[in-house]
Amino acid sequence: MTVRKKRFILALIGLVLSALYLFPFYIMIINSFKTRRELFLDTLGLPDTLYFDNFVLAWERLNFPRAFLNSLLISTGSIILIIVFSAMAGWKLERTKTGTSTFIFYFFISAMLIPFQSVMLPLIRLMGKMNFLNMPGLIFMYLGFGSSFSIFLYHGFIKSVPRSLDEAAIIDGCNDWKLFWHIIFPVMKPISVTVAILNATWIWNDYLLPSLVINKEKTHTIPLRVFFFFGEYTKQWNLAMAGLILAIIPVILFYFFSQRHIIRSFVEGSIK
Amino acid sequence: MRRSWVSFWLFVGPCLTAFIIVVIIPLLFGIYYSFTNWNGINAEVDFIGLSNYAKLLKDVHFAKSFVFTVKFTLFSVFFINLIGFLLALLVTRGLKISNFLRTIFFMPNLIGGIILGFIWQFIFTGAFGALGEYTGLKFLMGWLSTTQTSFQALLILMIWQLSGYVMVIYIAAIQGIPRELIEAAEIDGAGSWMKVKNIVLPMVRPAFTVSLFLTLSNSFKLYDQNLSLTAGGPARSTEMLAMNIYNTAFSFMKMGEAQAKAVIFLIIVGFFTLSQVYVSKRGEVEM
Repeated sequence: MTVRKKRFILALIGLVLSALYLFPFYIMIINSFKTRRELFLDTLGLPDTLYFDNFVLAWERLNFPRAFLNSLLISTGSIILIIVFSAMAGWKLERTKTGTSTFIFYFFISAMLIPFQSVMLPLIRLMGKMNFLNMPGLIFMYLGFGSSFSIFLYHGFIKSVPRSLDEAAIIDGCNDWKLFWHIIFPVMKPISVTVAILNATWIWNDYLLPSLVINKEKTHTIPLRVFFFFGEYTKQWNLAMAGLILAIIPVILFYFFSQRHIIRSFVEGSIK
Repeated sequence: MRRSWVSFWLFVGPCLTAFIIVVIIPLLFGIYYSFTNWNGINAEVDFIGLSNYAKLLKDVHFAKSFVFTVKFTLFSVFFINLIGFLLALLVTRGLKISNFLRTIFFMPNLIGGIILGFIWQFIFTGAFGALGEYTGLKFLMGWLSTTQTSFQALLILMIWQLSGYVMVIYIAAIQGIPRELIEAAEIDGAGSWMKVKNIVLPMVRPAFTVSLFLTLSNSFKLYDQNLSLTAGGPARSTEMLAMNIYNTAFSFMKMGEAQAKAVIFLIIVGFFTLSQVYVSKRGEVEM
């Protein structure tokens, strides 16, 4: 077999596979434009007309702008706190060579194995007592859960940054605070992007924790709204599909605009 | 000396505080609660020794969900890694459409588990049903109504979602193999299969360690997809451990028992993931 022919066959296999991977999206999109009757009669074919009412109704029932804003607030708030505080801790823990420092670092790292279910019940009880079953509380919890892995990433990154950089700044009369914000933090920008992306995909999509913490409908995030919306409309698949599409549009847009960064972050986050 | 001490706690303090309050204190309390009759309603909690753990041994649903979770994890770890690795081989062949393929295969990873489960719920009931009617293939109908097909449905969903993730890890590893090694093998007349078997596989061992770890812990701790795809049904037969713990706590209000399960869960997760890393690390090639 010639190289050309071989490549052609491989490309063909690739295309068939990608069609298979895209199949769920195809089913979702075509059915979101159908009426209930049309969906029932023909689930696999293209819609006769583009019936937009599903989207209008799903938009309303999901309370989409509100849910989107809540998700955005919670995600950005958590990510900013995680980046600022984990960067500070990661740098300091790497640069301080004492027993306490090493101990704290391993304390953080070993917690990465703890499954959420093991702490879930006492956590909710404790947060309830602290009056923290709300948005600020949720952001605080994300800082607590996110810091282990983020510190780990910053710690690994800062290892490869020469200490002489810190020392030069100290000789120039910088204190720790200035040194960190003017010199170290800017140097750590690439790993901050990784930390932001990995935490964003986790927090944006998280369902269980917000479902336990947030009980007011007006502070529901997208996954929470989708869950309740879907429970109401399981028999109306056309409407449900439109709702699911609305829910994934922000993520897909984000993916297409920063795909390179996202894939690099996932690889970096797992190999470290 | 004093100043550096202050500065140390200033920098480490915020994360440490949040971490201790959110993870460590609940963890310790959780272990304590597992020895009590806590039910989430009464303020008073009594120490009852090991009786929650004793109940676990007799809990048929817990045993079933444990077996189901282990079985699911074995299958999903195997298939996700096999398919992810094959996809990585396909995408690193220098095809013109490589980038496009990579984009498509990775995409499902970014979508939340709850949403993915709902999408596939419709695929398995609506689309598969219609396809079955259209082609007359009976096995396509009623996918989420039997234990066996629900298991397969969950497996397909997880393969679809995670194979693209491990694919990008394998791609990075394959691209990291020195060109000379491959060229030397080509000069020696090695075919595609020989190259994969004797060079690629040993060289991507570290990536296997990582990917096995990721898929193992993801599958074992699965909750969202389990909830939105099958909700544990039919008749609690696809209820995985995480969901079993949740239901024990919130559907049956047996907080103490749920917490005992959570402690066991922690031990199992720790044991499986650590021993996996230990075993796969041993076989890695030193460069």
